[in-house]
Order: sequence, then structure tokens, then C-alpha cells
Amino acid sequence: MSDKNVVKMSSQKLNFFYGSFHALHDISLEMYKNQVTALIGPSGCGKSTFLRCLNRMNDLIPISRVEGDILLDTEDIYKTNIDVVLLRRRVGMVFQKPNPFPKTIFENVAYGMRVNGIKDKSLIEERVESSLKQSAIWDEVKDRLHDSALGLSGGQQQRLCIARALAVDPEVLLMDEPASALDPIATQKIEELIRQLKESFTIVIVTHNMQQAARVSDMTAFFYMGQLIEVNNTDTLFTKPELKQTEDYITGRFG
Amino acid sequence: MSKSTLDPSLADDATKDESKATKPVDYKIEKLDFPDTNYKKVIQTIVFGIFRCAAGVNGLALAIIIYFMASNGLSAITWTFLTQPPTDSMTKGGILPCIVGTVCMSLGAILIAYPIGVASAIYLNEYARPGKMIRIIRLGINNLAGVPSVVFGLFGLAFFVVWMKMGVSILAGALTLAAMSLPVIIGSTEEALRSVPDTYREASLGIGATKWQTIYRVVLPAALPGILTGGILGVSRAAGETAPIMFTAAVFYTPYLPSSPFDEIMALPYHIYVLATAGTEIEATRPLQYGTAIVLIALVLGMNLAAILYRAKLRKQLS
Repeated sequence: MSDKNVVKMSSQKLNFFYGSFHALHDISLEMYKNQVTALIGPSGCGKSTFLRCLNRMNDLIPISRVEGDILLDTEDIYKTNIDVVLLRRRVGMVFQKPNPFPKTIFENVAYGMRVNGIKDKSLIEERVESSLKQSAIWDEVKDRLHDSALGLSGGQQQRLCIARALAVDPEVLLMDEPASALDPIATQKIEELIRQLKESFTIVIVTHNMQQAARVSDMTAFFYMGQLIEVNNTDTLFTKPELKQTEDYITGRFG
Repeated sequence: MSKSTLDPSLADDATKDESKATKPVDYKIEKLDFPDTNYKKVIQTIVFGIFRCAAGVNGLALAIIIYFMASNGLSAITWTFLTQPPTDSMTKGGILPCIVGTVCMSLGAILIAYPIGVASAIYLNEYARPGKMIRIIRLGINNLAGVPSVVFGLFGLAFFVVWMKMGVSILAGALTLAAMSLPVIIGSTEEALRSVPDTYREASLGIGATKWQTIYRVVLPAALPGILTGGILGVSRAAGETAPIMFTAAVFYTPYLPSSPFDEIMALPYHIYVLATAGTEIEATRPLQYGTAIVLIALVLGMNLAAILYRAKLRKQLS
């Protein structure tokens, strides 16, 4: 089924180093448009590192080094003349711990538009509302848009962070264990949300939770020790994994 | 889709059963006979008692200082004292020029030192990549913090007063106080910047903000309470010093209030020093000395209090 789809992002022979530590080995992975790609694997396997290469968040680590290419559509995002700020607007990110700014709910969502030069007040208001609706949190916050975002519960904060990411109209959404700090009910809401969001975005999600990967993703990639071990569409990978190593991991025998 | 492979909890149980079956228990768990440990509580009580005394000494010291000041100097504080210049060879009259002088120099020092200090701290903490250069700059700042105030005074005299031809003036004094407060402002600003979680920076950068937008819109507002208080404490500390201003700004006596930054002035700490060591009637002016000291302390505490109240207000807005 995957070959019918459009590749939105892809990595080709991607290697990543923290100083002298070789964290990713020759990762070649395709992520399809309007699909959810899940990255699974034990802690320290490099899945988060890979995710953070996709919007060059790893640039913030001074001793890091990247070899190989990552294409967004057809453009290599590691070319020297690329605008990293623009890249991060196109490839949004939701983090493991909900991290709203210590500002009002409204300002949190408006932030991305403001820093990207949008000044039209009514446009910002409209877009804040639609982003909050898209993130399924509008009904819970519409009466207190000008209260501090830090007063929200963890699950609400995470959906607010998703709204904040959506407000700048990204093409790809990276999610780094977005539900791992949340309770089961909040997790369920986030998962429902992910299934809706893939209609409009390309989503790449890192998760420790195998059932979550099985529930929300179309494609699943299994990472181990900095290597991409196996990638396939999710149903196949979870029912008929090609490699013993993958099977051992998804059945919980190690990891 | 076969259910058994999809459900790791089932697989988990299976592996656990296996391990139980294969590993025989080769140890015994015996019941422990605990000895009497009442002495633990006694030790705790003693240790906390010592700590409580240590904390109490601080409060006591402050109380003694204030009592001492108040009992000796409160009688000197009158409306005339606060609103008139000194008269009769500084044995009567007030201390208005000193108050104005100290306030002017403190404000000047704040205006000069804050922008430079905060900018340096932002550079060091947010922009600079760790390296030899940064280590040298940091070493310099730390050493600057340890330089005695009289050395700052001499530096001010040589550099601002003589070399830059400012003369003994408010400006030279403010610059000297600013130089002295800089390490404190940089230190407290860096501390405040470090306390801003990196997740804020990541969130902002991850949405297409530049580094500067991130600092200006997210990091600085979150760090502002700490920056403000730390810096004010540094400046108010410097404002109470005698040594940095005695060569650079303050004069023995002038009945006039300053009209430009290049005027020389009187200042509270220096006035106390003069009355106590070089006045015409050292014993007779004791109340004046203590009265001046009370005004100085009130001024410094007032500055600190204002900073703390403002911080509390900012914190409330942020949370």
C-alpha cells in the first residue's frame, strides 16, 4: 500500500555523532504524506535523535555532527544555505513533556504566528480558535483564553502544545513520546487527535508504547542500537515481523 | 493480526513464568532483630538545635544593629535633617545633599550597569559556545567580584576622573559603582537565565522563532524576576560603599545640590565617614552620624524591598 503514497520526508544514509559517539548508523527511511510513521525501540536506540534530525533540533548540541541527507519534499534540509528557522516552521514539533510558555493560553497559540511576522489581529484570533478546535481543546479553554497556560492539566497542556505547533501551518508534525507523561485518559485523547490530524499533516511519532504504535500509526520503524532494524506498514510489522529481533521486541521479550 | 503477538502483557507473563521455573531460590530471608535506635532522634534534635541557633544568630545580628542605630540616631531624624543642607561646619542642619547624591549615583549606576551586565550575561549564557575565550571572560568576571572596593575607587580615580577628564563628579562615581556592581549583575542574570527550562527554548525554536526572538519573548520574561532582584541587590550593596566614591564623586562638604552629572556631590556613606573621623566635633555629632546611617540603611532596604515586591508581582503574572 505504501508505494502508492507520496514520500513527504526521507532520510538517506543518515549518520549522527555526539562527539565521538556514533548514535545513528546509515538510517534510510521514508515517511509518507498524510500517514503516521511510528519510531519504536528501546531507550537509547536513537529514535529520538533521529526525530530531532528531521527539524535540525540537534543543531543545538554543540558537539553533534550529521552525515547523509534528509529530504523534505525534494529539498535537502542539511544543505548549508537552508533557512533553519523556516524549516522548523514547516516541520513542527511536540515534545515529551508538555512545555507551554508561562503566558496566557491565547498567547501560547499566537506565539508562532507572531514570531513569524503575522500582525493582523483578527487573523491571529481566528487562527488561534481554529488551532485549538483542531487540537480538540477549544471547548475546555474557550472561556479562559486569557488565563495562564500553566493552570491547565498535563493532558490539556499537551493538546495546547499541539495547537501551538499547528497554528503556524506546518507540513510535518514531529511528536517525541507525546503521551508518555500523561494519564491513560489524556493519552487516549492525544491518540484520537493524532488519527484526526493525519488527514492534514504528515506525522512522525516516537513512542515507547507498542500498543500505541499499533493503534495510531500506518508505518512502524524499529530502531535498535542506532540502526534501523526493520520498517514496514504497521499491521505487517506487528503480525508478521521479518526479523527475530523485531519480534522479540514487540512481544516484550527484551527492551 | 494475531492477538497473542500484539499483546505484550501476555507474552510478559509467559516469560516470567519461564524464569520462575528455571531459577531455583538459593537464598533465605531471615527476620532482622533491630537494636534500640532512640539515639537517632536525640542526634536529630541536637543537630537541628545547632542549625536553629545558627539561623538565629543572623536575626539577632540584624536586630542588634537596628537597635543600636535607632537608639543612637533616631533623635537626630527630623524634617529639617532630611530637607536641609548641613550648617555650622556640619554640626547642625541636615543631610539633603548627601541623600540626593547617593540616590543620583545609585540610579546612575543602575542605568549604566544593567544594560551592560544583562547583555553580557545573555551573551555568555545563550550565545557563546563554550571555549577558551569564554573561560577567560568568566574568570575575569569572577575575579572582578573579588576586587576590594577601595581598588575600584582608585581605578575610578585614575580612569574616569583623571584619564577621561570627568573630574570628581556624579558621573565618575556612578561609573565606578557600576563597574563594581557588574559582576553581581552578570552573576545573578546568568543564574536567572539558567533557571529558565530548556524546554521553553526548544518549544520556541521548534516553531520557527529565531534565537533572539526566543530570548526576547520567552527567556527574558521568564528570567526577569531573578534578573531584577539580583541586580538591585548588587547596586544597593555598592551604593552603601564609601571607598569607591571617596576619590571619584564625593566631597567633604558642599551646600549645593547637583545641577549636572559633572558636579561633585556629598554622599551618605562618605558623610558618615567624614563626621566620624574628620569632623570638627566628632563626639557632639554622634547623633548626626547615626541619623545619617539610619537614612542610608533605609534607602538601601527601600531599594531591596521595591525590587522584591516587583519580583513578587512579576512571578504572579507569570504563573
